[in-house]
Amino acid sequence: MRRYEAWSVPRAAEIIAREKHRPGAALPILHAIQETFGCVPEAAVPMVAEALNLSRAEMHGTVTFYHDFRKSPPGRRVLKLCRAESCQAAGGDALAARAEEKLGVEMGETTADARVTLEAVYCLGLCHSSPAAMLDGHVFGMLDERKLDALVKEAQA
Amino acid sequence: MTTRIFISRDSGALCVGAEEVATALAKAAGLRGLAVDIVRTGSRGLYWLEPLVEVATSDGRIGYGPVAVGDVESLLDAPLLEGGEHPLRLGLVEDLPWLKRQTRLTFARCGIVDPRSLPDYRAHGGYQGLEKALAMAPEAIVEEVVNSGLRGRGGAGFPTGIKWRTVAKTVNPQKYIVCNADEGDSGTFADRMIMEGDPFVLIEGMTIAGIATGASYGYVYIRSEYPHAIEAMEIAIKAVREGGMLGPNVAGSGHAYDMEVRAGAGAYVCGEETSLLESLEGRRGEVRAKPPLPAHIGLFGKPTVINNVLSLATVPFIMSEGAAIYRDYGMGRSRGTMPIQLAGNIKHGGLFETAFGITLGELVDDIGGGTRNGRPVRAVQVGGPLGAYFPRSLFDTPFDYEAFTAADGLIGHGGVVVFDDTVDMAKQARFAMEFCAIESCGKCTPCRIGSARGVEVIDRIMADTDRAANITVLEDLCNTMKFGSLCALGGFTPYPVMSALTHFPEDFGATPKRLQAAE
Repeated sequence: MRRYEAWSVPRAAEIIAREKHRPGAALPILHAIQETFGCVPEAAVPMVAEALNLSRAEMHGTVTFYHDFRKSPPGRRVLKLCRAESCQAAGGDALAARAEEKLGVEMGETTADARVTLEAVYCLGLCHSSPAAMLDGHVFGMLDERKLDALVKEAQA
Repeated sequence: MTTRIFISRDSGALCVGAEEVATALAKAAGLRGLAVDIVRTGSRGLYWLEPLVEVATSDGRIGYGPVAVGDVESLLDAPLLEGGEHPLRLGLVEDLPWLKRQTRLTFARCGIVDPRSLPDYRAHGGYQGLEKALAMAPEAIVEEVVNSGLRGRGGAGFPTGIKWRTVAKTVNPQKYIVCNADEGDSGTFADRMIMEGDPFVLIEGMTIAGIATGASYGYVYIRSEYPHAIEAMEIAIKAVREGGMLGPNVAGSGHAYDMEVRAGAGAYVCGEETSLLESLEGRRGEVRAKPPLPAHIGLFGKPTVINNVLSLATVPFIMSEGAAIYRDYGMGRSRGTMPIQLAGNIKHGGLFETAFGITLGELVDDIGGGTRNGRPVRAVQVGGPLGAYFPRSLFDTPFDYEAFTAADGLIGHGGVVVFDDTVDMAKQARFAMEFCAIESCGKCTPCRIGSARGVEVIDRIMADTDRAANITVLEDLCNTMKFGSLCALGGFTPYPVMSALTHFPEDFGATPKRLQAAE
């Protein structure tokens, strides 16, 4: 479980100043911003653009290209279910549908109580133990209905 | 006397509870007053036996697995520390047939050593390759890699040494080594295993590449879905730098080489080398047209060697043992060994490193043990989301770059995903198009638009709307994508689609003519 800081211009400026000397600094900056605030807020984009001497449009293009960068913070817990071929072969489709039903959201959505964000991920590299999932950076494999239910319950707690 | 116990910290072991087992074992041993040293290794790659607990005895390491937290007390009663009898006892791990049948060159240390200990790496033959390289002229190092016959393990199969030679011949004060660790193909996990289980071998391989080509800095671009690998690489790089093997004067040789980790941000296409370079430079991961080759104009416009994790991690073996020993394994133009990854609905999922030439059937039925749920194997996808689906009738295909090309497929990064007889191949073909549409960088039209249209056409086929005509449209579309796309994403998506249609026409409700199109 993660607690994120509220958006703050001075804090964002501090992060940008810390990372911007690195060659190709855009992704390291964006990752650091998201780690701090839980997302890359709209207000951060022109700040990063200016620091890297890029146009807002270029920076917007970069931020929106990558699936990782969010516009708003996620729920308190993020449950990622692998939806790629190996997990499909091992019954992952049914488990994904079950998770959506249990949480009452579709992939990419956050529950109304802001507790859980459910996301599809295309491969966690745990294909030897499909189906696989990740809850806030912790990995789970060999999922079945029982294990998935426990995982969903843990995410909701 | 303290007994050494080995438990993996590889995420493939963690995902089935290795952390909990290690904690419970340490606690239970403490309560019993037993002196144990629990070493956290990488994984051996026998994932159906994880969490695997190994204990050092005078005969060698005795394994027990798969161990659950509830087994800990009975294991200690066995007694575990003497390698005693227990229902989970597997015997000497080195003697397990699944390991014994392998030829572990790249993965020789994985699962054995502590991936956070540089002294342990050295004690198991680490840095002997660099030592040999430092005694040679840079051109001789490059030729050694050329002579080994090593080809890019990322999927394209381009000779690694030739890439190095091209960069070595450029004249530029700044060159780069980039390691492609954006292992996004479903069914693959070999890069992850190396980075989590033997990260020093990758650092050593990249250092040798730097010295051979005159590059003083390197980047490992790791996908963000691999937080454990990112952490393991960062810890290892720090240890190596402190050990004097990275920095302005590598091992006192006068050569400068240093490196860092960069995290991706969830874009599959960034596994394509030019897209990866764009991403490293901080832009959208859009594919670059080639030429110019990255070897001439690569990262930040400088000459760049860009190789897959497995290619670079194999270099230390080639240097320490000699190109000829590596080249002697394999068949045809596929030299050496390939770390093959068995995945999907499979009984024995894991990593099997073996010389090229083993057949697909041996891998799936014999080594993999068939499906996990016991149903018949109907199809296997080899080489990730861009690889072809193979029916049982092609199980005699040997694992070899050229043989797979001849069968209208590819070995890619060596992932084999097994499907049972409940699979709907039209649905799999649709997914291939859908995935391409989601992940397309958008630069070229055949990929960006073709994949979206592909989904629609397959939907019409599945709904039996003008089926025969739409199958023809799908074939045409695949041809356009195959020959008109800038990179392998759009160019190879036709492999899973066409192989599904060709080998499993009944799932599309039709029996189309066998295609000559793939030529």
